[in-house]
Amino acid sequence: MDALLLQVLNGLDKGSAYALIALGLTLIFGTLGVVNFAHGALFMLGAFCAVTMQRILTLSYEVVDETRTDFLGNPLKVDVPYVQSWFGDSVGGGIIDWAVPISLLMAVPVMIFVGFAMERGLIKHFYKRPHADQILVTFGLAIVLQEIIKYFYGANPIPTPAPDAFAGSFDFGAMLGMQAGSIIYPYWRLVYFFFALAIIGGVFAFLQFTTFGMVVRAGMADRETVGLLGIDIDRRFTIMFAIAAVVAGLAGVMYAPINSPNYHMGMDFLVLSFVVVVVGGMGSLPGAVAAGFVLGILESFASMAEVVAFLPGINQIIIYLVAIIILLTRPRGLMGRKGVMED
Amino acid sequence: MLGLNRKDSLLFVVVICLTMFAPFLLNPFPEGSELAQFNAGYPDLMQRFVIFGIFAIGFNILFGLTGYLSFGHAAFLGVGSYAGVWMMKLLTMNVIPAILISVVVAGLFSVLVGYISLRRSGIYFSILTLAFAQMSFSLAYSVLTPITNGETGLQLSLNDPRILGVSEVDGSIPPANLFGLSMRDSTELAMGNWLFTFNVGYYLSAVVMLIAFYVAIRIFRSPFGMMLRAVKSNQQRLNYTGLNTKPYTLAAFVISGMYAGLAGGLMVAMDPLAGAERMQWTASGEVVLMTILGGAGTLIGPILGAGFIKYFENIFSKINESILHQWFAFLPDGLEDALVFMVYPFIGKGWHLTLGIMFMLVVIFLPGGLVEGGQRLGRLFRRRRKTDTKPGAGATEPAE
Repeated sequence: MDALLLQVLNGLDKGSAYALIALGLTLIFGTLGVVNFAHGALFMLGAFCAVTMQRILTLSYEVVDETRTDFLGNPLKVDVPYVQSWFGDSVGGGIIDWAVPISLLMAVPVMIFVGFAMERGLIKHFYKRPHADQILVTFGLAIVLQEIIKYFYGANPIPTPAPDAFAGSFDFGAMLGMQAGSIIYPYWRLVYFFFALAIIGGVFAFLQFTTFGMVVRAGMADRETVGLLGIDIDRRFTIMFAIAAVVAGLAGVMYAPINSPNYHMGMDFLVLSFVVVVVGGMGSLPGAVAAGFVLGILESFASMAEVVAFLPGINQIIIYLVAIIILLTRPRGLMGRKGVMED
Repeated sequence: MLGLNRKDSLLFVVVICLTMFAPFLLNPFPEGSELAQFNAGYPDLMQRFVIFGIFAIGFNILFGLTGYLSFGHAAFLGVGSYAGVWMMKLLTMNVIPAILISVVVAGLFSVLVGYISLRRSGIYFSILTLAFAQMSFSLAYSVLTPITNGETGLQLSLNDPRILGVSEVDGSIPPANLFGLSMRDSTELAMGNWLFTFNVGYYLSAVVMLIAFYVAIRIFRSPFGMMLRAVKSNQQRLNYTGLNTKPYTLAAFVISGMYAGLAGGLMVAMDPLAGAERMQWTASGEVVLMTILGGAGTLIGPILGAGFIKYFENIFSKINESILHQWFAFLPDGLEDALVFMVYPFIGKGWHLTLGIMFMLVVIFLPGGLVEGGQRLGRLFRRRRKTDTKPGAGATEPAE
């Protein structure tokens, strides 16, 4: 029992990331009808927002510390971050420690800007072109974004630690009254899961309970009619694109402590997220979210030692295998809407 | 000639000349001069030109004709490479069986993948092929290690049986050969300051590529090719006329898979090792880039694209900061530094950035790739010449 629970928990953080990226992909696809291969790059940009924030906060100057000496007997030079000298050790140190959550604040405007620029500057011109062209141009854009990040940050992963308060792990099993030590779970993964839930809930609430969301949903169902009613649907869809970019970016920011960001992390996630979208059903938001979590958990089940011993290599291919089976048996995906991308 | 019409024969002859005289054409700059680094006439690179040319020609038969965008084509190349190396390990170092088995194995694998993937089209097809390729890649790294040798890659060793050949020659692995003609053999010809290298491996690959190219032309011009184009332009209508398109698309898929296997086999023949990274989806992406950049759906486009990308990958990525400083040395210091600073991100390790930007520009402005670019330029000049006689008569038949 606890082994199963552990696998479910392990699957949650990856599943959350898949769900968030797939949600963004589906938003873009459902509104604009564009297949965005650069969405993984947006996720990566988000993660690098965290890296950048961390670097900004730890910008420092050298101070000579008279009380300590280095091994040659000279006074020791210590790097003191500006933030720390402005706000004092405890507050400043705290700010630096909380770099990742703080970078959420930076990521929102950055991602909105990137989203707008992408949609207005590039994707707008591709509405009428075939899907293959959309895939190709966004694929090119993803390469460009990756290489820009690689140029500025190098090719190696950059560790971006979570705040100390969430750094360790806790004994989840003991909390549920099971044997102590049976389920040890890192705090940050739980934070990530709840964060993902909050974002997903936010997006759904936004679409469901606001007038803006209602118009967008109407536009997804029948764009032409909404346009005939005198509503500028294009502008709203552009905003939805920016929102999707923000979702991907925030997912990236919070994922930075789990996996140190590197320039090609987006692509790794993108391939899987596309599979998730297809499994969930093209154009279905609940489908994308559900499929994200299900596949994340399935992946972690498949990597259990017992399963791998029984079916070697299954942990590597489970997601693709599921996708192939789903696509062949339920062509519309788990919750696909009728009439969306059917051929 | 050979059942081709005049235009195609001309194109074919041009390609024959280009490949046969490549060691001259690609070595225009004398040895030791400043520009010698732009020479591409060394065997390794020339081999890559033609091998990736084959790969791209094959991909183009699928994508260019039927419009099915496969994002997992490198899997066939990888499978072919593995099969080829195994042939060299078990049977003989002669390259013929290795190349043949590569084609056959890749063909069989593509029958399997194609049969399943072709049940869907559009983006779903892309995802399915991608999923298959990623699966092969992951499996090659993990479970199939006994066959693929995992991360190290499959290599030849001295203890291999090689039933029809010899296990070792003077304590080293015998070189890959074609009936005793080693692939590594080269003849060098020095003319003044120029040094031209004629490599056996290159010429074998070039001949194979010419055959592959010829077959591709025949496919493009055949009723079968016509049918594939019909699939691209309107599959639904074909279905309504009561025609089952599946056998045609599957045939195209398998043919292009076999081309990929052929490329993989040749790679092994040139350099007998195979690694899983050849199957990664970035490798599949590369052949997509080549085909689109050159011009999908055209005959010569994929070869151009492959040559273009491989050339710039090799030459551009060698240029470093000090070379840039040399080039701009004639400028005043400040300007020199500024120029180097601006150009530097795009060359050397940043070559992929240039590639990405170029690719985007091509997709946005030139959906027909370099070939369309060439045609537009040609039309522009022709129109200018003809303005006084027949205005607006510049509409030429698209050369393919």
